Parts: sequence; structure tokens; C-alpha cells
Amino acid sequence: MTLTVRNLGFAYGQKRILDAIDATFEAGKLTVILGPNGAGKSTLLACLAGLLKPCSGTASLDDANITRMAPTTRARHIGLLPQGAETHWAVTSEALVALGRIPHMRGAGLSADDRRAIAAAMSATATESFANRPVTQLSGGERARVLLARVLAGEPDWILADEPLANLDPGFQLDILALLRRQAAAGKGVVAVLHDLQYAVRFADHVLLLHDGKLFAQGSVEDVITPTNLAHVYGIDANLFRDEEGTVQLCIKGKVRS
Amino acid sequence: MNERALTSLLLLLTLAAFLLSLMAGKVWIWPTSWAADTADGWIFLELRLPRALLGLCIGAVLGLSGAVLQGYLRNPLADPTVLGVSASAAFGGVVAIYFGLNLLPFGLFACAMLGAGSSILLLLVISRNGGPIGFILGGMVLSTLAGALTAFVISIAPNPFAASEIINWLMGALTDRLMVDVATALPFMALGVALLLSTGRALDALTLGENGAKSLGINLFRLQWIIVLGVGLAVGASVAVSGVVGFVGLIVPHLIRAIYGEQPSQILLPSALGGAILTLTADSLLRLLPGPSEVRLGIAMAVLGAPFFLLLLLRYRRGNA
Repeated sequence: MTLTVRNLGFAYGQKRILDAIDATFEAGKLTVILGPNGAGKSTLLACLAGLLKPCSGTASLDDANITRMAPTTRARHIGLLPQGAETHWAVTSEALVALGRIPHMRGAGLSADDRRAIAAAMSATATESFANRPVTQLSGGERARVLLARVLAGEPDWILADEPLANLDPGFQLDILALLRRQAAAGKGVVAVLHDLQYAVRFADHVLLLHDGKLFAQGSVEDVITPTNLAHVYGIDANLFRDEEGTVQLCIKGKVRS
Repeated sequence: MNERALTSLLLLLTLAAFLLSLMAGKVWIWPTSWAADTADGWIFLELRLPRALLGLCIGAVLGLSGAVLQGYLRNPLADPTVLGVSASAAFGGVVAIYFGLNLLPFGLFACAMLGAGSSILLLLVISRNGGPIGFILGGMVLSTLAGALTAFVISIAPNPFAASEIINWLMGALTDRLMVDVATALPFMALGVALLLSTGRALDALTLGENGAKSLGINLFRLQWIIVLGVGLAVGASVAVSGVVGFVGLIVPHLIRAIYGEQPSQILLPSALGGAILTLTADSLLRLLPGPSEVRLGIAMAVLGAPFFLLLLLRYRRGNA
């Protein structure tokens, strides 16, 4: 299964957000979308999730145009973890995770299949222990896991995560990244918008680097996250090196002197 | 207690409040004389029965609309008046009284429904693509406009009696309504209630915010239509037969949430029952108060509701602080 965007463009009125993006996302990989604020990362993700209708070009899942898919069908294949970790009512963690089953539900109540998927998602994210606690009483790290469990409960083929690490401490960020990696290893397609270049270097299989609404570079971490590209896109002076253990590390020294 | 037992209890309480409303008043009418061919039997059939039925329906409509709107706007301070439907229906009714159309059969009802209907259309146009914010702003504008126009009509009333009739009607009451009023309003209310009860799953999905709900396949545009139509029909019809009764839609969902938890779909039916219980009980108690004339239901609700609303605001602010 592949997600593809062809010549994709998006604009709010006169303001162009995305311009002629061509990219292919593969299942079984963690694809990271990078780019400075305002580069169009979230917009690209929203087009992939079918939330926004591209102004030009197409986003498709295999051969089906995502914009034209029935919303419920699309929701069964593509799960989105939206930005901002919104939860509006003090529902229990389990009830929140159960929302992920909405695209699969017919009639009232949860089926045995729904219950199995909910239990599996909560076990994968280690959230069972606070199943009955209201989400409003959870810590940020716990809530992030519950919200990810909500996406997993829908058993989508694709998991799109918009800044899943925002406002989390490093330990919790690593938890979420490990969970996303595990999903990719299990054969799901995972696409995440990230701000942290260090994590992108260490965890991504494939990187898309956006700059001013255009796809500046895409490919493997080594090909895309280079000092030249970072200087051009982010305006930063950064170094990449291998540490004693052979892991590639990124060191940001400062802004590019102009 | 599990939810099924709780809901059974609420149903029983609704039945009790309904029976109380049938019996209570300056004259107590016991079930033994309900079918009797006496003055009591007449009072029961012509006055008490329509009044109790209206209390039941209006209370349920207001409670349910409040629960749906609070869920949709994800704002615990929303109530059926935020859409401006009540104010517009009230304006329609006031115009009917001003021109004496209320003397025609269905004149007042038709005018009030026309008011509600035009506010529904305007809302759908104003809030197109706007999401909840456009929706709530559109409702506020409509509400203010309808209020101003209503005040204008009162100010140009030809004589004090006409003005007092209008004001009296505006205050909201269930008195002196006939079975034919009930029968006219019921289809609109039933359709509105059916639409509103169908929103549960979409409201649940909105717990995750708008993008979360959309990514789950929920069509928010359609949801907005259903809510505007449902609230418009149900609340419009209830204002058309009883004037504006406030606070029920605001208070009841909160009381229900305290018992049932906060999941929006879980509180829809209980809020309808709770609204019916509150309205029927309040209306029965008002009849029992001593004094030559009854306090208007709309006024009583406001007097009871305002302090509750203030408490709510204080608690809400503390919660956010």
C-alpha cells in the first residue's frame, strides 16, 4: 500500500501554502516531514488525511483519490493524530480510545471486534492501568499515549501524526517515537510531522524537507539532513557526525552568519 | 448504580412529575375524577392535560437541545438561546400579537415558526464553512437583532393593553394552552428531537476537536445542518406555544453530567428526561404558590437559574485558573 501525492498544491485564498509536491509514502516505514514553521508541513498532512481538499494535484491511497473517498472508508484506512492533543470532556481513557472505533461502528454499542481492538491498542501503549481515569486528570505523557491508542484502536493502515512530540518531556517523546517505530515495523505506514531534527536523524526511514511550500528535498536521512540543506532551509549552522557508538548525531552551532 | 438503572429511575421521576402536574393546582384533581363528567373532569381534560403534556415536551426539548449544543460547541455555557432561534420565534409571535393575528387559528404559531424558520435559514447562510465560531457569532447577531426588533414592536404598541399582552406572552408560560396547541407543536418537536438524538456519535467524536472528528469520518457540515434544523424546529415550536422559557437547557445538562459523566452521547436522552422533570415540577410548584395570579414559568426559571449560572461560571473560572 502506498500513499502518493502528485503535483499537489494548496492555497488559502491568494496565499499559497503548498506548491507542486510530488512524493510517495511507503508502508512499513516511518516518514518524517520536516521544515521550519509555516513551510506547509501540517497542511500536507491534512491533505493526506483528507481534511483539506487540494487546490491542484491529487493525494491518493493506492489508486483511490483521498478527497473523493467516502469519509468513513477513508477513516478506516487513514488514522490521524491531530496537533494539540485536544480533549474536551472529562471522559475516561477507555472511552476516549473507543472513539477510534467510530469508523467501524454500525448501530449502537461496541462489538466484540471493537472491544478487542480497544484492548489491543491500550496494551500496545501501556495505558490499561488508567483505563478508568478521566483523560483530564492524566499527565501530558499519559494523555499523549492515550491519544495515540485512540488512533491505533481504529486499526488504520496509515498513521499520520501531526507534531506528536509537542509539549512532552524527552522520556515521553522517546516513548511515542518508539511506539510509532513499532507500528512501522509491524507494516503500517507512519508519517509524522516533527520539529526536532535530532529525532528525525535518529528515527526516520525517509525524510521530506519542506521549504516555503515546496518540497526542497526528500530521501534518506543522510541525503536530506545535510549541513547545506539545513543552512538553506532553517538558516542554521549544523554539524553531523558519528559518535563513538556509531550513531549519527546532529549538533546545532548557531544561526548561519550572513 | 449502572446507567440503565439510572435512566429507569429518571423515567419514573418523569412519570411522577407528569402525574403531579396533572393533579396539582389551586384545585387538586385526583385520578378518580379524571374521567368524571364534572367540573373537575373538565379542568383535567381542557386545562391540566394539555399543560402537563406541554411541560413534558418543552422541558424535554430544552434539555436535549442544551445538551446537543453544549456538546457541539464544546462549551458548557451554551444553551438553546445561543442560536437566536428562541429570540426569532419570539419576535414572530410578538408580530402576530401586534397585528392581532393571534386571534386567527394557528396565527401566532405560524408567525413564530416563520420567525424560527427564517433564523434557521440565516444561520445556515451566515455560518456556512465557518464552524462553531461562525455559528455562535451568527446566533448572537440574530438573537440581538430579534431582541431589538421585539423591543421596537412593544414600543410602538397601540395601547398599554397590547403591550402588556405581548410582554405577558414573552415571559413564557404553560397556562391556558389547549390540546390543539399541543397537537400543532408536537410534530415539529418530535422531528426536531429525532434529529437531535441522532447526533450522539458525532458529538462524541468532537471530544477530539474538529480535526480529530473529521479524521474519524464525521461530516461536520452535515452535523451543523442537523443541529440547526433540530434545534430550530424543536425550540421554535416550543417558543411558539409557550414563549421563552430560559435556563432549562443550560442547567439540566450540567446536572446530568454530574451523574452520567461527560461523554456527550451518554447525556442526550437523560437531559431530555431531566428537562421534562424540571419543567413539570417547577410549573406544578408555581401553581401551588399562594396569591391571586401565578408567577410566570419563564420568570421563575430565570430566578432559579441565574444563581445557578453564576455558580457555574465561578466554578468554571476556578477550574480554568
